[in-house]
Amino acid sequence: MNLLLEALAWLLSPERLEGSDSLPRAVLVHLAYTFAAVAIAAAVAVPAGWAIGHTGRGREIAVGLAGAARAIPSFGLILLLVLLLGVTNKPEAALIAFVLLAIPSILAGAYAGLEAVDRATIDAARAQGMTGWQVLWRVEAPLGLPLLVAGIRSAVLQVVATVTLAAYVNLGGLGFDILQGLQLRRFEQVLGGAIAVAALALLLDAVFALLQRAAAPGHLRRAGRGPASRPLVGAPA
Amino acid sequence: MSWVADNAGLIAALTLEHLRHSVLPIVWGLAVSLPLGWIAHRWRLVRSPLIVATGLLYTLPSLALLPLLPVVFGISALSELNLLLALTIYAVAILVRAVADGFDSVDPDVRRAAVAVGYGPARRFWGVELPLAGPVILAGVRVAAVSTIALATVGILIGVTNLGYLFTNGFQRRIVEEILAGVVAVALVALLVDLLLQLAGRALMPWTRAHTAGAGRAAGALA
Repeated sequence: MNLLLEALAWLLSPERLEGSDSLPRAVLVHLAYTFAAVAIAAAVAVPAGWAIGHTGRGREIAVGLAGAARAIPSFGLILLLVLLLGVTNKPEAALIAFVLLAIPSILAGAYAGLEAVDRATIDAARAQGMTGWQVLWRVEAPLGLPLLVAGIRSAVLQVVATVTLAAYVNLGGLGFDILQGLQLRRFEQVLGGAIAVAALALLLDAVFALLQRAAAPGHLRRAGRGPASRPLVGAPA
Repeated sequence: MSWVADNAGLIAALTLEHLRHSVLPIVWGLAVSLPLGWIAHRWRLVRSPLIVATGLLYTLPSLALLPLLPVVFGISALSELNLLLALTIYAVAILVRAVADGFDSVDPDVRRAAVAVGYGPARRFWGVELPLAGPVILAGVRVAAVSTIALATVGILIGVTNLGYLFTNGFQRRIVEEILAGVVAVALVALLVDLLLQLAGRALMPWTRAHTAGAGRAAGALA
């Protein structure tokens, strides 16, 4: 309990607002990497996932990729890419690793969202004379949005966790305080950093839970039976 | 490849440690999740708080969970037990939902039929419900196993040595091969364990074999 109080004192100390490794700055760096990686991953994975969901072709690729990605240790992937691309290209190398880790969840969410759309709805849209593109844009994409947001949610959480690990290569972010504290055996700093990371992850999760709700079509929301809250694609990192 | 050849003994020893650091949390996680998941299935009121609570634990990044656990359990942050507990918690987060879904998937008519032919609660659980929930639970165990094996590597950050050692050591010594060997070894262990779980599932639940083959054909015919 004592350690917990010391950790809170560390977190709330005015020193946390000073210097190049101040807490607000670390949060910003953490968020910048997370959102940049997820945005790039989404630009790749959403069209690919929709193509798979719309045509029904290549689903084995999406499923297989999600499965294989779970077996890749994210910490090792970061260190490998940083070493391969050179320490001078560290931010780029880390970003590539984050993007690679974010793609499978978003791909699975995009594809699963389209696949979950009732076939009768799509047949009805076609019977109205909608073209393939219209079916995709006006029927499948809106109805599949909640599961896509769920996929993005898992990707965000996974990248937040991985950015924390990336502090090992001095990338900045909230993991730095934890790793430095572990090395110096300053456990109040370790715990303080851990609380900050946990708070950030829980906050982002809550924001995306709300977005997911907002993405559900009105009649589903009112009936109180939103689609499956989160597809089991992402792995903890 | 020369680094791998020169250090085959080290890689083998680390792999064994890694297996121990992964298999224990998977087994513990399943042992905790079977009763919890059954409770979540049986009592609707408990279900959503339980799923939400485990979902929130799953949300926590590993590097945040590892320092938080010692505060709760009074153990050292830099201990093997801390890593094992953290991995167990992540496994439980995946498995509770899989177990609850598994029991949900048992046809109520089958359950009623078991009651009708005189199965008591215990025999019904072990002889009817658990085997029929098996395929869904196994799917969850496979997900939990693979992610546990990949995640166990973070142990090196709290001084627990397993295949994650190859990452930090390789990075410090600038040996690309060493890190690559670590990544490949982790992925191979994960795929191997996944394969073993699949084979165990086929041996323990022979009816799923015919079922999945039939489903595969049906899906193929539709596509």
